[in-house]
Amino acid sequence: MEGLYAFCVGLLTACGIFLALRGRTFSVVIGLTLLSYAVNLFLFASGRLKLNAAAVLGESEQYSDPLPQALVLTAIVIGFAMTAFAVILAMRARADLGNDHVDGTLPAQPGDASKKSGGSQ
Amino acid sequence: MSSLIWLPFLPLLGTLIPLITARFSRTACAFMTAALPALTLFLVLTHAGDIFQGERFQAALPWIPAIGLELAFRLDGLALLFSILILGIGLLVILYARYYLSAKDSIGKFYSYLILFMFAMLGVVLSDNLIQLWFFWELTSISSFLLISFWGHKTEARKGARMALTVTGAGGLALLAGLLILGNTVGSFSLQDVLDSGELIKASANYPIIVVLILLGAFTKSAQFPFHFWLPNAMAAPTPVSAYLHSATMVKAGIFLMARFYPALADTDLWFMIVSLTGLATFLVGAYIAIFQHDLKGLLANSTISHLGLITLLLGMGTDLAAVAAIFHIINHAIFKASLFMAAGIIDHESGSRDMRQLNGLWKYMPYTATLAMVASASMAGVPLMNGFLSKEMFFTETLHQASLGSLSWFIPVLATLGGVFAVAYSMRFIHDVFFNGEPINLPKTPHEPPRYMRVPVEILVGLCLVVGIFPSLVVGDLLFAAAEATLNGPAPTYSLAIWHGFNFPLLMSVIALLGGLYMYHNRHHMFKFQAQFPTSDPKLVFEGVIQSLTNRASRFIAFTENGSLQRYIFFVLVIAIVMTASTLMKLNATAGQRPEIPLDALSITCAVLLCVSALATVLWHRRRVIALLTLSVVGLIVSLAFAQFSAPDLALTQLSVEVVTVILLILALFFLPQNTPKESSPRRVVRDLSLASLIGGVVGTISYALMTRPLDTISTFFTENSKTGGGGTNIVNVILVDFRGFDTLGEITVLGIAALGIYKLIAKMRLYMPSSDGNGLAWSEDRYPILLAVISQSLLPLALLVSAYIFLRGHNMPGGGFIAGLITSVAIIQQYVAHGVDWIKTRLKLDYQIMIGSGIGIATLSGLGSWVFGHTFLSSWFDYFYLPVIGKFELASAMIFDLGVFLTVVGATMLILANLGQLTTSERPTQKEHD
Repeated sequence: MEGLYAFCVGLLTACGIFLALRGRTFSVVIGLTLLSYAVNLFLFASGRLKLNAAAVLGESEQYSDPLPQALVLTAIVIGFAMTAFAVILAMRARADLGNDHVDGTLPAQPGDASKKSGGSQ
Repeated sequence: MSSLIWLPFLPLLGTLIPLITARFSRTACAFMTAALPALTLFLVLTHAGDIFQGERFQAALPWIPAIGLELAFRLDGLALLFSILILGIGLLVILYARYYLSAKDSIGKFYSYLILFMFAMLGVVLSDNLIQLWFFWELTSISSFLLISFWGHKTEARKGARMALTVTGAGGLALLAGLLILGNTVGSFSLQDVLDSGELIKASANYPIIVVLILLGAFTKSAQFPFHFWLPNAMAAPTPVSAYLHSATMVKAGIFLMARFYPALADTDLWFMIVSLTGLATFLVGAYIAIFQHDLKGLLANSTISHLGLITLLLGMGTDLAAVAAIFHIINHAIFKASLFMAAGIIDHESGSRDMRQLNGLWKYMPYTATLAMVASASMAGVPLMNGFLSKEMFFTETLHQASLGSLSWFIPVLATLGGVFAVAYSMRFIHDVFFNGEPINLPKTPHEPPRYMRVPVEILVGLCLVVGIFPSLVVGDLLFAAAEATLNGPAPTYSLAIWHGFNFPLLMSVIALLGGLYMYHNRHHMFKFQAQFPTSDPKLVFEGVIQSLTNRASRFIAFTENGSLQRYIFFVLVIAIVMTASTLMKLNATAGQRPEIPLDALSITCAVLLCVSALATVLWHRRRVIALLTLSVVGLIVSLAFAQFSAPDLALTQLSVEVVTVILLILALFFLPQNTPKESSPRRVVRDLSLASLIGGVVGTISYALMTRPLDTISTFFTENSKTGGGGTNIVNVILVDFRGFDTLGEITVLGIAALGIYKLIAKMRLYMPSSDGNGLAWSEDRYPILLAVISQSLLPLALLVSAYIFLRGHNMPGGGFIAGLITSVAIIQQYVAHGVDWIKTRLKLDYQIMIGSGIGIATLSGLGSWVFGHTFLSSWFDYFYLPVIGKFELASAMIFDLGVFLTVVGATMLILANLGQLTTSERPTQKEHD
């Protein structure tokens, strides 16, 4: 199980990083979200995987490590705030700069004007 | 000895006085400026008697003792000597500058810089801590930069100041590195500890590095060859500054440093080779160049370099007597050179020129000043009955006793005599070329004697030259002895301060130097002709060229790394991260640890496959954004299932509810963003990014696997054991959040609130185009609020709120709590927004989300402060059990109030973000006007 879990964490990290390296803001936001899943799973797993061992006294014989859980719980909420901030920043950047590229300017490429897509009718 | 702490700070206080008193007359300003340094000098002198008895004063205020940071001062013989020089000559310079500066110059600013420098310099010599010493050291560089560039409208002043700051600043950095290594080697940053650990330091493997770095600092500051070029260029400073900084004090800081660390670092072959050979080279080069200067101050500056080299050479010789001679020459040089600079300033001031080709025969115009200057020059040349003669004799004596160069040791006295010849030649030039040698040529003004009091400082200093020269042991005997003991950190050797030691070799060397110098000066025309054959190279141009090429290289590097592409920055950061983690991982022997693994089951495999497929699908279809968003939400759901399976119900609930708000948020955002991403990455870039991403994914997966298969050593046992007894709850995760680590949670909800408010402000002035169709050109549906959704969600609301209240209340003992309840409540309210629209909600639900965030954080903080009322520490919780009929036994805990604050903040923050974003799609869109 641990191997499978670690594989999933690695895959999520790889997908998240690949998307975070793209040039458009929305892809980066999606990438960051994937990356934060991976990070949360990773941090959670530092308390080791345990079945039927919820950290509630009296509910089971052994308890999983509650400390990483508490950390990850707040991390999930803060992660939401961060995603929200990033995506609103992306919207604001598009509104002010007229494009959704992460650098604020479209890269100079042939046929660039036709590719400038969507939403600005 | 707390008054010692105040000693250096008295002048610091004084930096304000000239700025305030500059509006009064210049004399008043000068006197009031002088008051605090005079008081400081008086206080220093009150300690002199005890120090002569061998006492040492130390005072320290600890700051961060764990890393050896403190405010620590010491007043011993060496510090006393330098303090007297700094304050005494400083006072004379204040008086002198009163007459030197013209009415156009801001005298308040000048005095203020001067006193700032005095403070810094006092700090250097009084410091009893290495780091503190370095701090003051850098402060002298900065304040001297301000002083050299005082006439900032002149190009050479700006260039000279920049050069001085660059050279001494770079040396300062080397010094910091050296002091840090030294402190680590000794294990203490206290000066006394370092001085007492000489054997340890010299035996350490770091010793060569320490010596080289510290000497780099000292040599740059004291203008030693090959760093000497900055000092002549610093002559663009007003002459009082040259007299103060560039003869008596700042350039002696490097010498002071070598003397200060003498017991800790000196007396090895390495020290001898570096220090004495550098000193010898500087001594000769400076003296030789000085002969050919046409500028009065240029001659003095190069002569200063030469004398600093002489002192360095003495400190490098390694004998106790040489150290005594070095200190004696520090005193003598400060006295005669400061007076010579002042005399040069008077000549410049009263004749309008410093060029010795124009200045001739001034004897007729200013005989009094000429006499003073001639006495000081004689001292510089080492003529008997002057103080310069005494230390030069000691110097010659010491060179004769050197054997460190083996059979070549006779070079040292011969070269020393040659330096003496040069010194006599340039001193002779200063006297003869300026005061005699015909008539002045084309001077801007007719020279005359300066104002009476401008001459007073020169008179005092020249008087000292004579008094010290004739009655040395009476005048400076005690001071020299105390300074020598402090320098050697032990008993001083026996020496005699006398004018007459009989006919011996040193006397012969003096005579040779005098006669040779006179002969050389007499035949100077041949030498000038010889010297004219060399191509002139201006060190200033060379220096500027080096700096320019450095700047160009730096700009090219910055242009390469910082080209404004975020993708490139992220790529670099990730590459660095992978290099650092991967190299550490390679040291791990086996990937798998000893801990047994949980066996796989079909459900887990199915979920994992689903997760991987959706994650890959997100990447694959990331350019079709809605689809990417849908696959992303599948990933999020499976993550929450994973939390549920591996015994983290709280996390599962949180992840589930956050997933809902995240997807709603992203869908709303997508409404305003392009629906599709254009294909613009080149195949090369895709391959590059895929490789890097896979590599990092592999590394992270490996770390995770290695971590999970190794036994757990946790600190959580404490939480498990004390959750019920100490926190009053059985849900350990929640008790950690609201009780054990409540302070962290308080910080996190504050961050959440700040993020929400930041988003609110970002939304406020957003000017967006309202898209009328989706990415495929299909128009949006006209039916914005389907009736079926509206009815169902309305009836669901009370149910959802009930669930959230239940989750909140049970949170302390069962999975749940403020975070989860807050998210569920938000989802329930958002549901109403989705179903009915902002307009409908606004009339019915009058919630101010900003106030909600504020009150949430407020309640959480107050519940923490409440424990102070009962005499407990911040955020310590209280709980008890009560019994009510019908309901039964129940628990009340102050932690629940804290959790209520968390709840309110989460609801407020989430709703502030989503409601305002959603509002953009409706007629309720905020306008520019509303928010200005």
